Amino acid sequence: MKSNSWKPWALLAPSLSAVFFLLVIPVCFIIVYSFWLRAPSGADIPAFQFGNYAKFFEDFFYPKILIRTIRISFETVFLCLVMGYIPAYYFYRSESRYKKIFLLLIMLPFWVSFIIRTMSWINIMGDSGLINHFLLKIGLIESPISMLYNEFTVLMGLIMYLLPFMVLNIYVSLEGIDKSLLEAARCMGCTEWQAFREVTLPLSLPGVSAGCLLVFVLTAGTYLPPMILGGPGNDMIANLIFKRVIGTLDWPFGSAISVILLSLLFVIVWTYNRYLGINQIFKSLQGN
Amino acid sequence: MKQFSPGWTLIRIYTILVYVFLFAPIVVVIVLAFNPKQFGIFPMEGVSWRWFIKLAQNESIIDAFKNSLVLGSLTAVISTGIGILAALAFIRFEFPGKNTLNTLLLSPIMIPEVVLGVALLLFLRFLQQPKSFALLLIGHVVLTLPYVLLIVQARLVGIKKEYEEAAKSLGANAFQTFREVTFPLLLPAILAGALFAFTISFDDITATLFWATAQNQTVPVKIFSMLRNSISPEINALGAVMIVLTVTTPLLAGYLSRKFSKIKD
Repeated sequence: MKSNSWKPWALLAPSLSAVFFLLVIPVCFIIVYSFWLRAPSGADIPAFQFGNYAKFFEDFFYPKILIRTIRISFETVFLCLVMGYIPAYYFYRSESRYKKIFLLLIMLPFWVSFIIRTMSWINIMGDSGLINHFLLKIGLIESPISMLYNEFTVLMGLIMYLLPFMVLNIYVSLEGIDKSLLEAARCMGCTEWQAFREVTLPLSLPGVSAGCLLVFVLTAGTYLPPMILGGPGNDMIANLIFKRVIGTLDWPFGSAISVILLSLLFVIVWTYNRYLGINQIFKSLQGN
Repeated sequence: MKQFSPGWTLIRIYTILVYVFLFAPIVVVIVLAFNPKQFGIFPMEGVSWRWFIKLAQNESIIDAFKNSLVLGSLTAVISTGIGILAALAFIRFEFPGKNTLNTLLLSPIMIPEVVLGVALLLFLRFLQQPKSFALLLIGHVVLTLPYVLLIVQARLVGIKKEYEEAAKSLGANAFQTFREVTFPLLLPAILAGALFAFTISFDDITATLFWATAQNQTVPVKIFSMLRNSISPEINALGAVMIVLTVTTPLLAGYLSRKFSKIKD
């Protein structure tokens, strides 16, 4: 067996070098750049100073966006959980012959571009969109209500994007529960509700927490829904990065904000992994 | 479970409502793509193909489509190729640091695409290279590799090592064993992984928006830049074409693979 020891490394070489050169090193570059200076001319000057971080925390403007990002991420997690658990439970318990089709359908949004799913809310909630059209038609309102470009529509866009992740995570975890445990609980005299509360719910928690983590991480790092469905006051931290890097070409400050976002996510993922273990997340993504 | 109890009925209605929520925006895009009028959204004023015809005549959109298709296909080939090799290493060999390396290769899933977009662009800037098609390609390979790896690994775990050992004991070398035994058994996962990589690449917007240029646009980037004005039937039509393409491909592939496996039985 000893002579084989080089083989796995040869097999791993292409993917490891891809991830090393295209992910690890570039991320190190972000960290290095975040200490650099930006000359008034727009040139980047190598330096080691904390000015970019100081700028972020110097007044309330940027920290407020950071706090908003965390708040919106928690709201999205909560809403996805509320909207996602029951459908996942339905798939698990359903004996319908259409169950497979239902499951396939929940994956369909994964195959539709994020930009399409986001912009389509304008079709639905715009001034001449579906909801206004319907309300006008039944005579409930006289003139269209403007519903777009606020935190509510941003949340709609985010849920649309993340709900399937939550449903799948919970479903995978539910599907792993031995159904005879439920029968046992019922035999011992539990009601349906008690059996759910005492057996199914606790055993589905790994999937619930994995889904929550995934939704949180993906929400905190996205800029598309605030950009397309939000107003000026709904920017999240990823929007800041986009504006700094693509808009004003302020690389050092953009890098510093990226490092702040990465650190936030690192703390959350690390804490999660410490207490719950990260592997559950990858388990549910395999099924896709 | 009593499938007719009132509680169950509520669960069912709730599930259906969630589906309506998830599918309304998608269905509406497709319906509105056939709306002949130029301004506003609803009401529909008949059904027409005019926006699709206009799309087909728009050269920059055709270019974006070609770009997306080539990019998606190349991404799928490269990502699946190196993903298979890595999966073989992780499932068929024991070596130090295995778990850490596996987590490292899967980590792009947990790193926000914004950060990935900035990081790669910054690296390119340091190397003083302009944005190009190659940047999009390597970026998309990093984005898709973890998903391919997950899918192929999951399948490889299920293929018994004994088959490969039997082939080897009958005199096949490592490559022959892979070609004649492992590869055919792995094929469904390889196709699924490649298809998934293609769709992720074809649909991606978050990181791609950092890497694309006016010369190297993909369809989602094109939609994004068209949205700058306002939503229009033309955008809906473009969206509808994308939906039909990215949704029917996996469904068709799934259907065909089931059909072929039935013939074999």
